[in-house]
Amino acid sequence: MLYFSKLKLVTIYFIIVFLSLFSFVNFIENEDNILLSKKVNLGLDLQGGSYLLLEVDSQPAIKQKLQNKLLNLRKALKNEKIKYKNLRLQNETINFQLSENDIQRFDDFFLNKENSINAYYNRYRSYEMDYFTTDLGASFPTKDLVTITYSKFGLIELKNSILDDSLEIVRRRVDEVGTKEPTILRRGNDRILIELPGLDDPNRIKNLLGKTANLTFRLISEEEDDFGSELLFFEDDTTQLRVSKRVVMSGDNLTNARPRFDNLNNETVVSFTLDRVGAKKFGRVTTKNIGKKLAIIMDNKIISAPVIRDAILGGNGQISGNFTFQSATDFALLLRSGALPAPLNIIEERTVGPDLGEDSIKAGAISLVIGFLLVIGYMLFKYKLLGIIADLALIVNLILLLGILTILEATLTLPGIAGIILTVGMAVDANVLIFERIKEEMKTEKSNIHAFDMGYKKAQSAILDANITTLISAIILFFLGSGPVKGFAVTLGIGICTTLFCAYFFARHLSSIYVMKNKDKQIII
Amino acid sequence: MIFKVSKDIKFSYFYKKLNILSSILIIFSILVLLFKGLNLGVDFKGGTLIELRTESSITTIAEIRQSFLQMNLGDVAVKKFGKENDYLVKIEITKSNDENFIKSINDKLSADLGSAVDFRRVENVGPKVSKELLRAGLLAISLSLAAMLFYIWIRFEWQFSLGAVIALIHDVIITVGIFSFLAYEVNLSIVAAVLTIVGYSMNDTVVIFDRIRENLKKYSKMSITEISDLSTNQTLSRTLITSVTTLLALFSIYIFGGAILKGFSFAMILGVIIGTYSSIFIATPVLNYTKVNQKTILKENTENN
Repeated sequence: MLYFSKLKLVTIYFIIVFLSLFSFVNFIENEDNILLSKKVNLGLDLQGGSYLLLEVDSQPAIKQKLQNKLLNLRKALKNEKIKYKNLRLQNETINFQLSENDIQRFDDFFLNKENSINAYYNRYRSYEMDYFTTDLGASFPTKDLVTITYSKFGLIELKNSILDDSLEIVRRRVDEVGTKEPTILRRGNDRILIELPGLDDPNRIKNLLGKTANLTFRLISEEEDDFGSELLFFEDDTTQLRVSKRVVMSGDNLTNARPRFDNLNNETVVSFTLDRVGAKKFGRVTTKNIGKKLAIIMDNKIISAPVIRDAILGGNGQISGNFTFQSATDFALLLRSGALPAPLNIIEERTVGPDLGEDSIKAGAISLVIGFLLVIGYMLFKYKLLGIIADLALIVNLILLLGILTILEATLTLPGIAGIILTVGMAVDANVLIFERIKEEMKTEKSNIHAFDMGYKKAQSAILDANITTLISAIILFFLGSGPVKGFAVTLGIGICTTLFCAYFFARHLSSIYVMKNKDKQIII
Repeated sequence: MIFKVSKDIKFSYFYKKLNILSSILIIFSILVLLFKGLNLGVDFKGGTLIELRTESSITTIAEIRQSFLQMNLGDVAVKKFGKENDYLVKIEITKSNDENFIKSINDKLSADLGSAVDFRRVENVGPKVSKELLRAGLLAISLSLAAMLFYIWIRFEWQFSLGAVIALIHDVIITVGIFSFLAYEVNLSIVAAVLTIVGYSMNDTVVIFDRIRENLKKYSKMSITEISDLSTNQTLSRTLITSVTTLLALFSIYIFGGAILKGFSFAMILGVIIGTYSSIFIATPVLNYTKVNQKTILKENTENN
């Protein structure tokens, strides 16, 4: 166990030097060099920032889709000359009654791969929609109730597309706010994870993400009928206005929006530009309705309802609505980024202020240094000369650990620092096991070299078993833990690997040099 | 020398008595857990956690609690946290969708206290997420116990596996029991600590088991009781030195690592002490009770060949 071939030694020391280089990179301020650009990232708990987990509420979007399906189905059934009754939407299903004789015809139509309302996914070999029939019982002996729902795969496809679209809009909104290096990831099939380093106050982002930003222009209704119109509130107000349900134009037709100061009325407004289709539509509506009020509505709240004074033909307009410059900026940003396909709910939020992060780094560093010194001192006290070997191994161990973290560009969190300190405490274990074993061998063995050799050999299985068990814990924690705790699993796990390397290669080589030089002297451990 | 222990302690002499003590502790822990429950943090219970720093040092906990109670936020818990003017507030309500929720709390609190309040950390966990986190935490702990059971079973024999896992369950239940008894908060980092304790305790047990296996092969005439005493003595100095270095590191985190790591390092300190004890007095006796002998080991060898 004490003999090392030249090649082995070169490899061992090459690995140590190579990883040390990466580890020292962290202390050099140099961003130009590509090779040296890797660094350990600080977690949000150390550098401060916001973590948000959003859940897409796809229910409204699914209902909307079903509503469209229902309209198409009505048309299609008419074309196919299938007689139906009571076609309506009910809790995410489309229901209607059908004569028993028509079921087969409906089935043929519905499962035709070319039909327009029920897409066939070749990928899953499955349809978008499922249907089933229920016997209506004695009261309707010849009729069956048909219920159409999204199939398993149809729902997956729909939710996926809603999530993808939402992700895109969220990305646009967050990017426009201009925080540094935001991370936006999809999680599962209905969640979006956002990490905003350095962001102290997430209110503005939350505000922007909390809005679907569905913009519509609708005329004020003069008649009080609940079918064609509805009562809507003004924003930040209790007054209501009856607006038509017919949408004159929506935010989809907007190509640009900017906050602007209107010198004429001495207020901040948002000016917008429409695309060709939008401009045409807008021109037509404003020409026809001069003197009437046009409500500008965002997410079912009226922003303002100005009177149309002139026809607006150029495709440019402006929205006023008690804006401050900040709120006008955000309103314009929402218009530019487009509407979310579904509302987002924030289901988890963690924000750490930058000064707390700094305090945490300081506390982590202090406890690392103190823990390190205590362990090093204790090993020197227990093992004297061999203690130096164990301590050197510990120092190299830390350098390697940092080097690997750097290469992986891992994220260092506060629990991660705790993992490093814990590694310091547990890393010496491998060398303790070996030294204790050597001590025992010395009692019966006359040759120092032989005693060292046997010590290393016999301690091996215990060291491996002992470290693998801790590694198993770290791996499980890595996969099931979240956020900062994951950082702990990473440093603990890598720490175990570097510990094994240091004890079995680096420290063993040092020990072999030591025992070769002292092979005839008495060694006291 | 601190640990100049004589090498022939009859550990087996204490097995029965300490096993009874451990059983009592476990029963006590379970009772405390059943009747008192755990003080779950927002990670697992949902709600809002605010770490705040006040500007004036004359603020009292009572003032802060009074101010929060007026806001009608459900259950409110206020405690000191770390430095002089730092407090930790837990409230039942989440309202994470209301972007003005946190700001309005800050405004009201600042007004009530008559000075600016700095929110250093805000954590807001909805009920759905907290349930998932709790499930993931429990799953992680059970999974690691199962993995250890399996690993030791592969490397040793079922008697060893049984002993190791009984010791692990002992460690986990008593550690969690102490947390329940002291009403210390259980959050994500405590789960991490428990998992690490499982790894550490296992680590300790494996070293003794490894030596027992070796000695079983070497001495065919010795009884398992003598073998376990011998093996425990042979590995004792290593067991103690490693526990000391690990505890040195942990106490360093506990004392200097800041308030956030206090719970984590406290759980780890408990775990290391209990884990060291259980390797010697829980895991090893199981080998005696299951009457492990040389044949158990040799059978393993012939199977492997």
